[in-house]
Amino acid sequence: MPRNSIQPAVGPETTALRLPRKRMSKWELYSRRFRRNRPAVAGLVIFAVLVLFALVAPLLARYDHIELDFLNLGEPPSGEHWLGTTSAGNDTFAQVAIGLQRSLMIAVAVSVGTTVISAVVGTAAAYFSGMFERLTLLLIHFLMVVPTFLLLAMFSNSSGGDWRIISLIMILIGWFFPARVIWTMALSLREREYVHAARYMGVPGMKIVLRHMLPNIGSLLVINFTLGVVAAVMTETGLSFLGFGVKIPDVSLGSLIGSGANTITSAPWLFYFPAAALTLLTVSMALVADGLRDALDPTSAAGGRA
Amino acid sequence: MTNALLSVRDLKVSFPSETGTVDAVRGISFDLEAGRTLGIVGESGSGKSVTSLAIMGLLDENVRVSGSITFDGQELLGKSDKQLSAIRGNGLAMIFQDPLSSLTPVFSIGDQLIEALTVHRKLSKRAAWARAVELLETVGLPNPEGRMKSFPHEFSGGMRQRVVIAIAMANKPKLIIADEPTTALDVTIQAQILDLIAKAQSETGAAVIMITHDMGVVAKTADDVLVMYAGKPVEKAPVHELFHRTRMPYSIGLLGAIPRVDKAEKQPLIPVKGNPPLLINLPDACPFATRCPIAIDACHTREPDLVSVDNDEVGEHKTACIRSHEITDGGLIDGHPVFPVPDIPERALAGVPREDRPVTLEVRNLTKTFPLMKGAFLKRKVGEVHAIRGISFDIREGETMAIVGESGCGKTTTLLQIMDLVEQVDGDILLGGTSVADVRGGHAERTLRRDIQIVFQDPMGALDPRMTVADIIAEPLRAIGTKKAGSETRVDELMDLVGLDPTHSNRFPSAFSGGQRQRIGIARALATSPKIVVLDEPVSALDVSIQAGVINLLDELKAKLGLSYLFVAHDLSVVRHIADRVAVMYLGAFVEHGSVDEIFEDPQHPYTQALLSAIPIPDPDVERTRERIVLSGDLASATDQVGGCSFASRCQLFKVLPPEKQARCLGEVPPLTGPENAHRNACHFR
Repeated sequence: MPRNSIQPAVGPETTALRLPRKRMSKWELYSRRFRRNRPAVAGLVIFAVLVLFALVAPLLARYDHIELDFLNLGEPPSGEHWLGTTSAGNDTFAQVAIGLQRSLMIAVAVSVGTTVISAVVGTAAAYFSGMFERLTLLLIHFLMVVPTFLLLAMFSNSSGGDWRIISLIMILIGWFFPARVIWTMALSLREREYVHAARYMGVPGMKIVLRHMLPNIGSLLVINFTLGVVAAVMTETGLSFLGFGVKIPDVSLGSLIGSGANTITSAPWLFYFPAAALTLLTVSMALVADGLRDALDPTSAAGGRA
Repeated sequence: MTNALLSVRDLKVSFPSETGTVDAVRGISFDLEAGRTLGIVGESGSGKSVTSLAIMGLLDENVRVSGSITFDGQELLGKSDKQLSAIRGNGLAMIFQDPLSSLTPVFSIGDQLIEALTVHRKLSKRAAWARAVELLETVGLPNPEGRMKSFPHEFSGGMRQRVVIAIAMANKPKLIIADEPTTALDVTIQAQILDLIAKAQSETGAAVIMITHDMGVVAKTADDVLVMYAGKPVEKAPVHELFHRTRMPYSIGLLGAIPRVDKAEKQPLIPVKGNPPLLINLPDACPFATRCPIAIDACHTREPDLVSVDNDEVGEHKTACIRSHEITDGGLIDGHPVFPVPDIPERALAGVPREDRPVTLEVRNLTKTFPLMKGAFLKRKVGEVHAIRGISFDIREGETMAIVGESGCGKTTTLLQIMDLVEQVDGDILLGGTSVADVRGGHAERTLRRDIQIVFQDPMGALDPRMTVADIIAEPLRAIGTKKAGSETRVDELMDLVGLDPTHSNRFPSAFSGGQRQRIGIARALATSPKIVVLDEPVSALDVSIQAGVINLLDELKAKLGLSYLFVAHDLSVVRHIADRVAVMYLGAFVEHGSVDEIFEDPQHPYTQALLSAIPIPDPDVERTRERIVLSGDLASATDQVGGCSFASRCQLFKVLPPEKQARCLGEVPPLTGPENAHRNACHFR
């Protein structure tokens, strides 16, 4: 079958027609692949709406999340209280918005912290090798067998439910699993010729790690970060659900779900609304992470598809 | 033609991609008769492998294939995978490039051979076993009965390729497709494997499609040759015609770009300018026109068809070039060569005798042993690998010293020892008179590193894909503390020097072709104005037409800047072209060391002789008539502490020596003997 039989005449004015289009930039390619993934785009939209809700809703709400409305105790959703009230008279709408905000803050802080620490430690261990590598791995392997959730529960309880301390401890117990994964990835990177080349130029070791090794596992780090957000939300929720996390008057999705679960038959709205917010948050982030992995990783099944 | 075993008509293959449809093969037709060999040559991306995969029916589902492939009277296109499976491995067999990955690592080679046998015909277990042993014996595997239960990792690359050939021969195929079967192997092994494929062909009477980029291999094996460019055949001829009556500028360029191991005079190689086009939305013009020195306006208006050169009906010699009839033998047009010969400036130091030039790098008794560890938990030393067994050499200013040898001989380890500035126990490395033993601390090391820089083999792997070209070239300058303003002008200067457009400096390496990337690597190595540049197989990953340009650049830079090169390569033709002095390395030691002409004209050590005779020469007359020394066996293991000559087990001279002389070979390590700084060799009887 002949492909377009009529060709434009040769000459400088038809160059653009005759010559193949300029090569797509990397980001163009990534965004095009990401956009082709419908669920991932939906995830991104849901996540954006949730963030917007967490930021804007407290301003719109008629009641503060601490304020108690003694005229409406344990009321179902109504025009006055859009998502109902608790038995103490708290407005659930305001609580869900603030809880989502708090959960997001913890999740992002923890995910940024663990990604940065694990990336630097993992690649540095791979690059410097020898004694440094062996000691780092020893520490990681030791930390892996420590019952970290128990430690987390103890510390967060004694801290009085301050979200900053909870985030810090979650970073401290969360960095080593990804660090080990990154270490194995970086092992192949340290044998690359451009890393050797930099060493033979006399570039100092830490600079090689930051300049050559980290950017080249960038796509992995982005994915790690998004999945880290999901994991952090889950951990924080689990903690608060058990009663060890964020303490009243501060609320998070976990503590809301925890208290809502007790009244699931008498006041189901107290459980379902925060639970829905949590589900939307984790599912959207998981979809985004999945889409990013396909877009950034040329070897994944969807990556090669045109 | 009715007696053709395989006949391909107007085969077209296109792949969907992000930027548009890639037309990898754009209409190829040929006939192949039983017992004949068709050589398909072309550079990477010319569509030669895709053609073979299309014939085998191994392309992906989403690939569009049109045209017709008739094999043994059956149309192959349009058959289901199941129907094709009955033909594949039975009538059609394939030998892949990489013997490492074409065998399954978890099954013994016996199992894999028996599987190939029993999948197409009913054979009792015992009969299949016997046939498998017979096949292994045919391909020359020593102790075939015992090796049946061995796993692929227990074999060397050459031995694995033998097993792959045995599997291909298993069902007496009518057509064997060999896709670059020797590219991953050393030259001495390559000679063995090519002979073996010829043997397999004569025993099975099969037709062979030999896909390669090496004109020497074509000259040795093919009956007919198809030169491919941008997915289309551009010249098709019987092998003698192609080499002696070349009519298509691209084929002339390919032949002119190859350094010849049998030619002494140092003429510059003739590179083909530019790069092959992207195979997306190609215009209706000759795809080679933009690189062709004799292109005329008519070349840009219509893509030429493949037509007979001699305007006769038989027309075995066909080209796709409208000016073919103007080209005469020897690649001349109107009495001038098609490709103008580039000028290489005369060396400034050419007149200065070697003894009067300063020494830039001196290596004395370099040794490296790796400990062999055993035990999963508590490691203990069980032996040593002697990677380098004490080598010494010096390089003077403006000189190129080449180290050649097969893979595993220790040449790369030598480079790494020098680049790592490793302090030697019983020897020394001196850079411009400074011993590496005296270098203490980061600052002193950086100062010393200014004088020695390296260019790597793989042009893609050596450049950080996340940095712009300007940052890459400026990196060594930043490492020695040059200010940003100074480094920017230097980057422009360097890009200009290596033949790149300085306005492209803000692009990423992926926007450049292989040859251009290697130029970036060279520019980076030159950034600090070093005295010596270490070149680790700098052209082996490049296509021949691109390779010639890079070799010429290296020659030119040496002449302009008075550089010294330490050049490591396995390709002796390239070495002959570029080097002034050559050392031949075998199992961690030099077996012969001398000037390039001495080594190539008068090789003394039996290993050097064998190495030189194994290189295929791109001329079918020379290639098919010359006597060849084919070495038996593989490189011995470097773990064995041999008491005598390490080459004795493969040596062709050793076999004809009387027993008392053989005893000396086995009992006494031959030292490198001969006059100082002249032609020396390490053989007792040479």
